[in-house]
Amino acid sequence: MIQADLNVILPEIVLALYAMAALLIAVYGGKDRFTGPLIWLTAGLMVVLAAWIGITGEGTHVGFGGMFHDDGFSRFAKVTILLSGAAVLVMGQDFMAKRDLMRFEYPILVALSVIGMMVMVSAGDLMALYMGLELQSLSLYVVAAMRRDSARSTEAGLKYFVLGALSSGLLLYGASLTYGFAGTTLFSGIIDAAGEGQAPIGLLFGLVFVMAGLAFKVSAVPFHMWTPDVYEGAPTPVTAFFATAPKVAAMALLARVLHDAFGGVSADWGQVLAVLSLLSMFLGAVAAIGQTNIKRLMAYSSIAHMGYALMGLAAGTVFGVQAMLVYMAIYVTMNVGTFAFILSMERDGQPVTEISALNQYAKAEPGRALAMLVLLFSLAGVPPLVGFFGKFYVLRAAYEAGLVWLAVAGVVASVIGAFYYLRIVYYMYFGEEGEALDRSRASVAGVLLMASAAIMVVGVVNLFGIETAAQAAAAALVN
Amino acid sequence: MDNLLSIVTFIPALAALILLVFLRGEDEAAQRNAKWVALLATGLTFLVSLFILAGFDPSNTGFQMVEEREWLLGLQYKMGVDGISVLFVMLTTFIMPLTIAASWNVTARVKEYMIAFLMLETLMLGVFMALDLVLFYLFFEGGLIPMFLIIGIWGGKERIYASFKFFLYTFLGSVLMLVAMVGMYSEAGTTDIAQLLRHEFGSETLSLLGFQIVGGMQTLMFIAFFASFAVKMPMWPVHTWLPDAHVQAPTAGSVVLAAILLKMGGYGFLRFSLPMFPVGADLLTPLVFWMSAIAIVYTSLVALAQDDMKKLIAYSSVAHMGYVTMGIFAANQQGIDGAIFQMISHGFISGALFLCVGVIYDRMHTREIDAYGGLVNRMPAYALIFMFFTMANVGLPGTSGFVGEFLTLVGVFKVNTWVALFATSGVILSAAYALWLYRRVVMGDLIKESLKTIKDMSAREKAIFAPLVAMTLLLGVYPALVTDIIGPSVGALIGNYETALANAASASQFAASQ
Repeated sequence: MIQADLNVILPEIVLALYAMAALLIAVYGGKDRFTGPLIWLTAGLMVVLAAWIGITGEGTHVGFGGMFHDDGFSRFAKVTILLSGAAVLVMGQDFMAKRDLMRFEYPILVALSVIGMMVMVSAGDLMALYMGLELQSLSLYVVAAMRRDSARSTEAGLKYFVLGALSSGLLLYGASLTYGFAGTTLFSGIIDAAGEGQAPIGLLFGLVFVMAGLAFKVSAVPFHMWTPDVYEGAPTPVTAFFATAPKVAAMALLARVLHDAFGGVSADWGQVLAVLSLLSMFLGAVAAIGQTNIKRLMAYSSIAHMGYALMGLAAGTVFGVQAMLVYMAIYVTMNVGTFAFILSMERDGQPVTEISALNQYAKAEPGRALAMLVLLFSLAGVPPLVGFFGKFYVLRAAYEAGLVWLAVAGVVASVIGAFYYLRIVYYMYFGEEGEALDRSRASVAGVLLMASAAIMVVGVVNLFGIETAAQAAAAALVN
Repeated sequence: MDNLLSIVTFIPALAALILLVFLRGEDEAAQRNAKWVALLATGLTFLVSLFILAGFDPSNTGFQMVEEREWLLGLQYKMGVDGISVLFVMLTTFIMPLTIAASWNVTARVKEYMIAFLMLETLMLGVFMALDLVLFYLFFEGGLIPMFLIIGIWGGKERIYASFKFFLYTFLGSVLMLVAMVGMYSEAGTTDIAQLLRHEFGSETLSLLGFQIVGGMQTLMFIAFFASFAVKMPMWPVHTWLPDAHVQAPTAGSVVLAAILLKMGGYGFLRFSLPMFPVGADLLTPLVFWMSAIAIVYTSLVALAQDDMKKLIAYSSVAHMGYVTMGIFAANQQGIDGAIFQMISHGFISGALFLCVGVIYDRMHTREIDAYGGLVNRMPAYALIFMFFTMANVGLPGTSGFVGEFLTLVGVFKVNTWVALFATSGVILSAAYALWLYRRVVMGDLIKESLKTIKDMSAREKAIFAPLVAMTLLLGVYPALVTDIIGPSVGALIGNYETALANAASASQFAASQ
């Protein structure tokens, strides 16, 4: 019995054991001496785990009396999380080394937060959900403040912590209400208690609080306030991490809770999500226009993108979940590439985040500028790049669920949003001659930038087959 | 040759890839190589595209040379041509080598310039061949990216404003079409254009936010598509991006914009709006008629007041596109034949006029009309060619401009005499602004000091104009070349349109009698 349970969470156990062993060795060994190898080792292990989960995983396994699910949905999310986590880890290494930030805690904390995310997306119970969420969040609070001597970085960490704690509080409050009215914390029990269509009012209260807590994590408007500050303050590799894996995990967790625990009352949460989605898309599009800092701009961009992903979820259908998963996978790929680019923005060895610093970048570095151009148009959702297909998916999901108004609002927001992506293109290609950025050297980040740009173009052929994987994942979740 | 269409579409893209990967350096040799690769690729595309024309059977009104492949999301990669689209394909492949040749003097970032134009050609060809809704949208919107860069990088002083306006205007227009496409996919369960043409979208009256929408679904979808194509066309009053874009774009960019990109709007009306939403189209025809008539008269008057040559020609383009929309929505054989003819002929004539401006702009670096005068004294060959295309633009019989205008006016006259009357006054106005422009630039004494040393056209420039002159004359004296190819397809289109309208009318009568 216990053997079967443990088998279900074997990947998590492996990663946890690794993290603990690494911690021990680093502490008693040479401390920061090991950071470089540790980063590669952690990333390598994540890729191996992703391959293991992706290739060998099949069917649905439930462990610990329903607290932990290993199904197609969780596997899709886990593979995305692990791969993006690994990519972000290795691409930030140069940046960290130059800024004297090579602390051995960094890869270990990232590994721990990834474990948290893996638990989140597999949670079948409110307690497991909370455990995963807190493991993830606590690790992230620390890495946000990793640059101890920088006021910005510590501010970011503190802000993130306070608001994160608030959201955890909301979530716990909702969870306790849900528990009180359903008599169980298991999703399978809650869905029975909620019933079809008409749920007890207490449960609905619980649902709304849980959603508010999770909306903080995906940074959906009006729970987005922390995002720009944290993105700006945290060291860029950490920002890149924030923008990718945790977003996928939180979005997947939201889908899991809504469909597994509250699937019967999708009409109720569908409205809430539709409003969140609408606000996120518009605020993300409008507020980004005035930004001069590319990291803050990416924060608003990610808020807008979460709005689109929520649009898929708001549909409340299998196709909606599939659309959300595809959207998130595309979003993560684009963001890895974009942050790989931002990591390389330096002048005299110092990181630069002003957009205007990109003046005439295309003249100095035509190849990298072209890759960034592709990513920006893809982020804006302009065909024929892959980013467009993400939008097409969620639009279709929304339309088929009768949310035509949301679809129309979404495309209008995407036009507004296109403006600020174009503005970056404008600086890179049309701008005036100015003080140039440093020539970038060949690096892992450069490779990832090129790779993700190439994916945006070549992916048009068949999206690398993630369509069928997402379909299976969505079918596993919604039944 | 099962995949002839794909080959034609992707030759330019392949050349762009070769340039991107293999061409290094910014020295003169590299620039020359980039130009030659682009010229050879576009020339090759034209030659291969001749096989399309040769293999095309005008009497077959269905899609020909169809390629079909599964794609993601239940979409298909499906390409094909019919009588309506085949000539646009030919127009594109014909114009592109000329624009490359016209760009021989470009010195800034030549490699990127050529890549942008080659990508643009692939995307434009795709628009006219795509037989899948989403594939069409992909090409249709994708064209914005290279054009945005062409205006923004190689444009004039106000290029930034013009490029942003161009991009956002057209993007806003087409995203509504995207929602409508998603809707069509959901309604009909397919994105195959051939099947959608047979599908009847609902036309029962709908109630939306308290408004009664006559024509229901069809009207809404028609409006969504209209938003996109009207901006692209461009129709009054959403034409304001065009003068800016034209004025700021480099010469070759203006040529492509006027000769090909504007035609996408008209093609879209013929491929989607009219046949797929006949009820909606029928309901809104009066609106389109009057918008077109206003466009013809208003923009002609505006053209009279311009002191920038390119802006003047840009406004004249808007006026000429007014004839096209009018002819399309007349929905009879003369009207639609004329509209297509007008689009093809306008492709040659307006392209040539922009090239004419480019010739003197290259020498004097100004487009101010006042900066010129008396060019005939130093540039006789130029004066002759400019004269020819000015006359063609006015619609002189014997040039292709006449046939298009005449046919569309006949078509509209049969449907709505008042609109035809109003629009015909535009013919007079167009003569006024075109001839006045010619008089101010070419005629008179050569008194400006700066013009005393201006040189006449080089052999390269003459070679660029020669095919355009030939085509304009040929189509002017023997228009059957075009109408024989488009006639059967247009006939079938009108037949289906009328049947669908009759069906909808009898259905609503039946519903009313219940």
